[in-house]
Amino acid sequence: MGSHRDLPAGMVNHIFTNSGISSFTEFVGSYAPDLLPGRNETLATPVGDHVPHATTIVAATCAGGVVMAGDRRATSGNIISQRDMEKVFRTDDYSCMGIAGAASTGIEMARLYRVELEHYEKMEGRTLSVAGKANRLATMIRGNLGMAMQGLVVVPLFAAYDPEVDGGRIFGYDVGGGPYEQQQYHSIGSGSIFARGSLKKLYRENASPEEIILVLINALYDAADDDSATGGPDVTRRIWPVVAQITADGFHRLSDEEVGGHVQTVLETRMSSPDGPVAPLR
Amino acid sequence: MPFGYVSPEQQMRDKADYARKGIARGRSVVVLQYEHGILFVAPNPSRALHKISEIYDRIGFAAVGRYNEFEALRLGGIRYADINGYNYARDDVTARGLANLYAQNLGQIFTESPKPFEVEIVVAEVGDSSEEDHIYRLTFDGSVFDETGLVAMGGQAEAVAGRLKERYSEGLPLAEALEAALFALTEPGGERSPASQLEVAVLDRNRPHRKFLRLNGPRLERLLAEGAGGATQETAPEAPGTPQTPDLPPTAPEGDLDTGSNG
Repeated sequence: MGSHRDLPAGMVNHIFTNSGISSFTEFVGSYAPDLLPGRNETLATPVGDHVPHATTIVAATCAGGVVMAGDRRATSGNIISQRDMEKVFRTDDYSCMGIAGAASTGIEMARLYRVELEHYEKMEGRTLSVAGKANRLATMIRGNLGMAMQGLVVVPLFAAYDPEVDGGRIFGYDVGGGPYEQQQYHSIGSGSIFARGSLKKLYRENASPEEIILVLINALYDAADDDSATGGPDVTRRIWPVVAQITADGFHRLSDEEVGGHVQTVLETRMSSPDGPVAPLR
Repeated sequence: MPFGYVSPEQQMRDKADYARKGIARGRSVVVLQYEHGILFVAPNPSRALHKISEIYDRIGFAAVGRYNEFEALRLGGIRYADINGYNYARDDVTARGLANLYAQNLGQIFTESPKPFEVEIVVAEVGDSSEEDHIYRLTFDGSVFDETGLVAMGGQAEAVAGRLKERYSEGLPLAEALEAALFALTEPGGERSPASQLEVAVLDRNRPHRKFLRLNGPRLERLLAEGAGGATQETAPEAPGTPQTPDLPPTAPEGDLDTGSNG
């Protein structure tokens, strides 16, 4: 740290140096770079399956917003490392992200991303546009590419309410960044293939948030049915998926009781038809 | 004694006088506790240059004086809060830590720089109950004052604080607290600032996540109407007793320097 005389207007602390950009990540990068994820030295060997991995996240737009849901399982290889993990995070009042891949890096990234959005908002006195938010996340994912190549892959799913269109928008990513805007619905993680198949058949345009919540819980059920790394509803421990809904009223994470009610509806249907609702043929 | 020698005492006095004059030139800002948190009120015709802003989840910031100087403090405070909240946990960011950072910087600037900062700031933190609220007032020389209940700063701060004390009591509902603040900010006999000329924000302990909320537009107008309705009934008998001094100069005489903060 240089003499404070180098700083503007006699400021004593480098925290007062204006880096010229309202990005928290850029600021941390210059102030305390080792606090950022993905800036570590390269690993001697890839970590592979030794670290817990988060699995399936699904999201779909509804009338006037978007809903995101995630299962609760984290796995290290064939071991279930956590049953009640949270993988859907509120990032600001009108957006959220879900993570799939290395759980540790993903959680850290979600935490950083939340600060990033709030930091911009406080510094500039305005919120970022939805496209701006999606692009910022892409930059963060790209920054993690080195670690991704070593096995710490993180792929997020980003959903936000966009006041410009009065509706929800969904963005997907790959290890190199993105974003790829998705229409209607999207899923990520190990069970995403099965979830997407289910979503394709059950999704209805302009459905109410309650209907979309049922669609998403069904999709997660189908993913858990065929993918060992995705957890289904845990009836004995009463662990339900995390469901978050974003509309013009802002971010709302459904309480366990609310989700429990929807899960019960899905379970009752599955008791009579284990493969779930049947989509009409024509 | 060399030519042009100025004793350190004289130097400090001159700097303090200079800073005080600059701060007194602008308009006042008041910060007070109300039923559900902390209320900030500032007459401010500018929509772009804020005197009141959010620092972190539970921490708000209010300032008077030169805009560019307190804006630098505000941005620094946000960086401090965000980096600490990210490094540790969100609950570990406190108004006390922030007040200390500001005190260090303001004190250093006051002693070392030829021109002191012409600012006075308030760092307020809302707790889970009114006993856990903290309001710190910092002056241009880095002194920290731990305030309870209410603060008035800038402009004719003492007169404003005096008027605010007349109306203030613990646990006022929001509309009444706002009414008290406006009563204090208006010269006796003077005209009240309309809603469009006011910057109002609260730290509401009942809000989830981020407690800071700006009040403007229809919501502010409703609150103003509500407060004015309640107050006229209560204080009507007292009105003749209050000294009427319509000949006083307005609270904020336009100075020769553009502080950028009073429009």
